Amino acid sequence: MSFFSDPRWGEALAHLPDYLGNHVRVSVTALALGLAVSLPLAIAARNRPIPRGALLGLASIVQTVPGLALLALFYPLLLALAALSLSWFGIGFSAFGFLPAVLALALYSMLPVLRNTITGLQGVDAAILEAAQGVGMTPRQSLFQVELPLALPVMMAGIRTAAVWVIGTATLSTPIGQTSLGNYIFAGLQTQNWVFVLFGCLAAAVLALAVDQLLSLIEAGVRGRSRLRVALGGVGIAMLVVATLVPSMARLPSGIIVGAKTFAEQYVLSALIAQRLRAAGFSASSREGLGSNVVFEALAADDIDVYVDYSGTLWANQFHRTDSKPREELLAELKTTLAQQGITLLGELGFENAYALVMTRRRAEALGIRSIADLAAHAPGMSMAADYEFFSRPEWAGLQKAYGLTFRAQRQMQPDFMYAAAASGEVDVIAGYTSDGLIAKHDLVVLDDTRRAIPPYDSIVLLAPKRADDHALKAALAPLLGRIDIASMREANLRAAGGDGESSPDAVARWLWERIGAR
Amino acid sequence: MPTPPLIAFAHVGKSFDGGRGAARVRAVNDVSLEVAEGEFLAIVGGSGSGKTTLLRLANRLIDADEGRLTVEGEDVRALDPIQLRRRIGYVFQSGGLFPHFSVAGNIGITPKLVGTPPNEISARVDELLDLVRLDRALYRDRFPHELSGGQRQRVGVARALAAKPRIVLMDEPFGALDPLTRDALGDDYRELHRQLGLTTVMITHDMTEALLLADRIAVMRAGRLLAQGTPAQLSHSGDPYVGDLLRTPRRQAERLGALLPRDGAA
Ligand SMILES: Nc1ncnc2c1ncn2[C@@H]1O[C@H](COP(=O)(O)OP(=O)(O)O)[C@@H](O)[C@H]1O
Ligand SMILES: [Mg+2]
Repeated sequence: MSFFSDPRWGEALAHLPDYLGNHVRVSVTALALGLAVSLPLAIAARNRPIPRGALLGLASIVQTVPGLALLALFYPLLLALAALSLSWFGIGFSAFGFLPAVLALALYSMLPVLRNTITGLQGVDAAILEAAQGVGMTPRQSLFQVELPLALPVMMAGIRTAAVWVIGTATLSTPIGQTSLGNYIFAGLQTQNWVFVLFGCLAAAVLALAVDQLLSLIEAGVRGRSRLRVALGGVGIAMLVVATLVPSMARLPSGIIVGAKTFAEQYVLSALIAQRLRAAGFSASSREGLGSNVVFEALAADDIDVYVDYSGTLWANQFHRTDSKPREELLAELKTTLAQQGITLLGELGFENAYALVMTRRRAEALGIRSIADLAAHAPGMSMAADYEFFSRPEWAGLQKAYGLTFRAQRQMQPDFMYAAAASGEVDVIAGYTSDGLIAKHDLVVLDDTRRAIPPYDSIVLLAPKRADDHALKAALAPLLGRIDIASMREANLRAAGGDGESSPDAVARWLWERIGAR
Repeated sequence: MPTPPLIAFAHVGKSFDGGRGAARVRAVNDVSLEVAEGEFLAIVGGSGSGKTTLLRLANRLIDADEGRLTVEGEDVRALDPIQLRRRIGYVFQSGGLFPHFSVAGNIGITPKLVGTPPNEISARVDELLDLVRLDRALYRDRFPHELSGGQRQRVGVARALAAKPRIVLMDEPFGALDPLTRDALGDDYRELHRQLGLTTVMITHDMTEALLLADRIAVMRAGRLLAQGTPAQLSHSGDPYVGDLLRTPRRQAERLGALLPRDGAA
């Protein structure tokens, strides 16, 4: 199969109206807001050294915050604000997706606009300013008829920079629930779908370049006093905005929104749920690549309708529990706690995706290691790797306490590379995920947690408060409950990491349904 | 004096902060000066003597610290500075044309600010282009960077005259021009001054130019007004600095008279 006949290009293209439209909508709104705030601030501060310095300093600090972190920070901030507003004024708003993305991106766009506006205005010749006064202009007339027009080329350069930054950074708004071209990139990275990654990067780059070129046309028109060029650039921008917004307006998310976190299994499961819902006559769409804490809050706030989480994750992360309980007890308690927030724990899918200590079968057998307790004796001479969060999670603390584990070395790794690193002997033990297909592929074994230090991680289907009494929805999802065994999920995950035309979440979800639905 | 003065400075003073610990600069120090209606007054003095500051006080680009300044009989402090500037023409040292406005846009700016209808402004611009002897068809739509220095100053003069002021203030209007252009412009302006019945105050550092164009000359030095009067009155001034200033044009005239005989073929 040649690179370009890969069916995933077609699949990527099918998402383009939705992703591009949302990307343009969030970028344009953010840029407009950024300009609306920055321009007056820059104008007001231009001749006042202290506010000017403070403003530029603040904007520079914002700029040093990585885009991903800035976007992620806005989500809890808005959540808190929304809660305050609800309790004080009775008006709530959605802290999910569009709003935090727009605010963070607008903040991000401020520095180049502020800096260039101030520089441009200060660069206006003092003799020209005096002439403006001398011919009888008011300060306002001088600003609008002389200073701003003369500073405009420099200001436009700043606006171009801001536009390119915002369009690029908007790809990072996917994890906080804003659909964007970043959906390709996040999904592609998680499911090893390099066609998607490439497509997303190209689409974002082309969009940024197109906007930059159109703005530069306007800039050249402003410099050369060519109305024609300004008009052409303006019409071009307007056409771009309209062309990308119209198709995506037509398909504003309707019906059931299925959430998914940022890893392959979640993409597959949300695709499976969406497929089952459509088969039952619902209209359903997926909102993928959501941050782990974002997705739960989004469900609680009715921003999404359904998603799959894991009992142990909610137990530890949402309810901050450090104790562990037997499976059934933990599920029962979780169900009651969730119900207090109006969230329905519909049921378990049937498999667990828990953290587990994993090593090569060969090595484990040679050393006679079957359980974590066995491992503890050898651990001081071994190295261990885990994902970026494991060592700061309660599970790790629990493991250390229960078994007295200490390793010679601890490393953090991209999860996809962990299994290969264990298989090649680069590290001795990894904290893997029990449902990961790579465990079987690399002939690794999961060590028994005899002291139950790691809580159970049953995959569970959660419904938003507004869907609590939706019996049709519950009926449509019922065939999935209890049906997905660990072997099926592992194989599905392995397929999803296949990196070929058969590995898209949709294709894998269809395969999975055939396998489990047939029985 | 038959008519009351159009502009009157009475013991006017203005100081500036020297900045960063330097002493305050008394840019204009106790100046009393009157300009009669229809008069052409030249202010002469070296660089930094306070000429520009004196002129800027007259249309309230800056405000005086001391003394009293009246324009057309009214104390300028009682006037709205914006309105005052709109009824006084001002020609800037470096032209001060707006680079993003065409010649027509520059000339028509003050009428536009006071709300004159566009067709009237357009007609006025043509009239002024004729007055300052620039070809309408050729120059109307040009931008300042497409003009020579002399043409730019002509536009500057036209702009100052656009709102039909009675008073025109000029800050070294022809200082940066070559001698021929400068001569032609000076003569042309002198003619306009007469024809339109203007009252003109022109700054120059060139005594020859002042003698040739002005009815009366005021000499400034270090913020003070040293002397004022007609060329004849000035030549009787006992002040050595004034004498110095007059010596150069006098010597030039004598040498030129010897070098270029009137009845010669040249
Ligand atoms: N805005 C100002 N701030 C501080 N000092 C000034 C300012 N304007 C003029 N001066 C000072 O006042 C003095 C007179 O300046 P000016 O009136 O421009 O002289 P001239 O036009 O005769 O060359 C100079 O010493 C100059 O440095
Ligand atoms: Mg000067």
